[in-house]
Amino acid sequence: MFWESVIIALEGLRANKMRSLLTMLGIIIGVGAVIAMVSIGMGVRDKVEKSIAGLGSNLLIVMPGSTAPSGVRVAAGSTSTLTYADAQAVAREISGVNAVAPTVQRQYQTVFSGKNWITQMQGTTPDFLTVRNFEIGDGSFITQRNLDARDRVAVLGKTVADNLFGEMSPIGQTIRINKSTFRVIGTLAPKGQSANGQDQDDLIVVPLTTAQERMLGITYIQAISVQASSPDVIDQVQQDISTLLRSRHRLQPGVDDDFTVRNLTALMATAAETTGTITLLLGNTAAISLLVGGIGIMNIMLVSVTERTREIGIRKALGATYSNILLQFLIEAIVIGVTGGLLGVLVGLGGSYAISAIFGWATLISVFTIVIAFGFSVLIGVVFGLYPARKAAKLDPIDALRYE
Amino acid sequence: MNDMKESIVLKDVVKTYWMGDTVVHALAGINLVIETGEFTAIMGPSGSGKSTLMNILGCLDRPTSGSYLLDGAEVATLNDDQLALTRNKKIGFVFQNFNLLARMSSLQNVALPMTYAGMERKERLEKARLALERVGLGDRIHHKPTELSGGQRQRVAIARSLVNEPTIILADEPTGNLDTKSGDEIMAIFCELNQQGRTVVLVTHEPEIAAYTRRIIHFRDGKIVDDERREGTCSGKA
Repeated sequence: MFWESVIIALEGLRANKMRSLLTMLGIIIGVGAVIAMVSIGMGVRDKVEKSIAGLGSNLLIVMPGSTAPSGVRVAAGSTSTLTYADAQAVAREISGVNAVAPTVQRQYQTVFSGKNWITQMQGTTPDFLTVRNFEIGDGSFITQRNLDARDRVAVLGKTVADNLFGEMSPIGQTIRINKSTFRVIGTLAPKGQSANGQDQDDLIVVPLTTAQERMLGITYIQAISVQASSPDVIDQVQQDISTLLRSRHRLQPGVDDDFTVRNLTALMATAAETTGTITLLLGNTAAISLLVGGIGIMNIMLVSVTERTREIGIRKALGATYSNILLQFLIEAIVIGVTGGLLGVLVGLGGSYAISAIFGWATLISVFTIVIAFGFSVLIGVVFGLYPARKAAKLDPIDALRYE
Repeated sequence: MNDMKESIVLKDVVKTYWMGDTVVHALAGINLVIETGEFTAIMGPSGSGKSTLMNILGCLDRPTSGSYLLDGAEVATLNDDQLALTRNKKIGFVFQNFNLLARMSSLQNVALPMTYAGMERKERLEKARLALERVGLGDRIHHKPTELSGGQRQRVAIARSLVNEPTIILADEPTGNLDTKSGDEIMAIFCELNQQGRTVVLVTHEPEIAAYTRRIIHFRDGKIVDDERREGTCSGKA
């Protein structure tokens, strides 16, 4: 009986091709919009998450300067309270720390055989690679020995290498950074742009001690990047760093921190929340069009019931029960929902690819979205088909047979 | 047909409608017995209550009061779904305007009552084909109603009324939309069915159609005014 009803419903839809198609169009557009819009939202989220992860995972950044009670931070990095020894103490004394990279940085002009390039010089330690999620492209990275000897060695980011050397291999060549000569010992594998469009490969890495003493003439450091061993311990590590630094800096209780520990995971959570809201907003807007599509189904089903009053009368005279008729019209509505939903999935997939191809936006399609959107279209078929189907099933056979 | 059994027994059947403030007595206490194998015509002017009687006999409607035994079972008090089941099993309808589903072929139209009886598709279609052969439309089984003449359409409808082996066949002005020749052909089929033992009740206002039957019941103002048993003209024509 169920399959009979499906066949009857399909025949009914086939008899009114144009109308069925237009009714389905509401659902097709609705489902397609949901899938395409959510794929944009998820694409944005994915991109943000990836670029934050690209900074380094489970990352804490310690900077000098406090957060004043008013919330205005005394320009972080401008004071001189953090030292290399602080960084070493963090690495030595706090458990759950994976890697620690103290850094100093400044913008310099770099020169190689008549070509020059202005870039960011980073003075740091070997842990920099792990903490900032970089990989070595060619050659080697700076070592503890370079650090101890204050060697004039440099590792180039991809952008710098390209601009100074072009096709040529920079390894073993000598460049000048602000008039001091450095030997290039390696290049970093490219990472591309960050979330806010910054070129992450536009940098030169030199040993921390070299940068401090030979270039900047300072004894303090500007930041410490700390990688926790897992997301679970990151809050604990953040607290331990505060405690340790307060005691190292001999801060009395009640005195503000003279440093700030920033949690990039927390930043990521905020970003994820924001993009989640965007996704929800886009999805909801699209879901409304799906709802409108559902009302379209109801409208057409009501017309269909009126138009087929006589057919209903005949079927009842021949012995169709309330549930027979209910099922017939309900299935017809569901078939519209299912078929429209399937076509809508195709439209959504196509639309999502088109958006990423034409506008260059990142889109991400998840099976979950497809299942939800499709399931919703079936549900809409049931919900909006129920009223017309009940109306049909309740018709009095005598009145229905007499209907012209 | 000597082992007379009662197919239909109506006892004090009353049907009243409210038309605004006034009560209309469509049926004012009908007592009627129709035996199995009878060929009966119900005649009367419009508004006489014969349509109301047809609706009640066909289990499309319930009497306001009174009792209706169909095949020995009380049907006056059944609910809608039970009535639908009764129509499906015990009543075969033939309508003036055929009432076939335009989208479906003759075969599908005839198979429809068996669908609601829950019969397997294959068996259904086979029985429908046999029923269509029986009314002489074996070569038209895949035609849609619009591709058939009026007489052929009515024969499809008769085939449809037969497939569930009903207790009675109810025909409401079955020749009303047909020319005389097609009408005669249709009546010949009813005669043949009756001679095979089927109980046939038909409503008509044409005396020459009623003349085929062996019992003519005249209606007026919701009452039976005449119940005439006679020799039908079937044998001569069939």
